[in-house]
Amino acid sequence: MVLECKHVWDYISGYLDDTLPQETKELVQRHLDHCEICSAIFDSTRNIIVLMADDRVFELPVGFSERLHARLEREINPGASSTRKP
Amino acid sequence: MTKATPGRDEMQMIAAILAGDTHLFHDLIRPYEHSVYMMTLSCLKNEADAEDAAQEAFLKAFRHLASFRGEAKFGTWLVSIALNEARTRLRREGTVRMESIDQTPEESGRVSPAILRDWREIPSEALERQEIRHLLQQAIESLPDLYREVFLLRDVKELSIAETAEALTISIATVKVRLHRARVMLQKRLAPQLEHHNPKKRWFQWS
Ligand SMILES: [Zn+2]
Repeated sequence: MVLECKHVWDYISGYLDDTLPQETKELVQRHLDHCEICSAIFDSTRNIIVLMADDRVFELPVGFSERLHARLEREINPGASSTRKP
Repeated sequence: MTKATPGRDEMQMIAAILAGDTHLFHDLIRPYEHSVYMMTLSCLKNEADAEDAAQEAFLKAFRHLASFRGEAKFGTWLVSIALNEARTRLRREGTVRMESIDQTPEESGRVSPAILRDWREIPSEALERQEIRHLLQQAIESLPDLYREVFLLRDVKELSIAETAEALTISIATVKVRLHRARVMLQKRLAPQLEHHNPKKRWFQWS
């Protein structure tokens, strides 16, 4: 059985996560071996996922942690910070 | 900073917090600040609201800590509290977006990728450039909410498919469908943009 390009695209995500059944995985692999277009599509998708996972893409707002922990401190220990209950 | 390694240590910290060592809560949640904020931001689409909702979610987690039984991972439990908090706010403000009504395409139709002849790997160093970071951020924002949530947890925070399903209280099959669509939509939008910005290629054209 030979897969057409547009059918191969249905497996991009499963292939990248390696969750495809062995048979399907081999069919996709064989297609990628000789199809430059699908190879480029899979490579670019993988590349984009790697870039997205980089910490530099989504940063916390400046001061987020400080404000969060200050608020937690106020609400968790509403008394004085010096008198912690045992 | 005390490092909270997931699993057992977290259960011990939780037990200590419940026994009165409340200051440990700060350390317990540190590894999850980013995930929680990303999910509230994804839902509320406004930094100030998202930060407030995130704070509220952490406080709720503290108050309900005794109900955490450890069946789920602590991180996924936090994420579901954060999503609940953000969604409750949306409902309260009556800002049910049209988008969320339109967006139940789930199984219908198929998303196609951008067709490329070849792909030059874009190295992580490209992220030093603000314009590249911007392209990625805008692409994520452009996704329908349901797909964005899945993509953020699975591919940005690198949760497993099962953990993503647990955090969003959806099935594993649904995670896979949404993830596939999110990835292909991002490729479709970003591949042509990034290719255009690829420094190597540009240099080649100019020389
Ligand atoms: Zn092909």
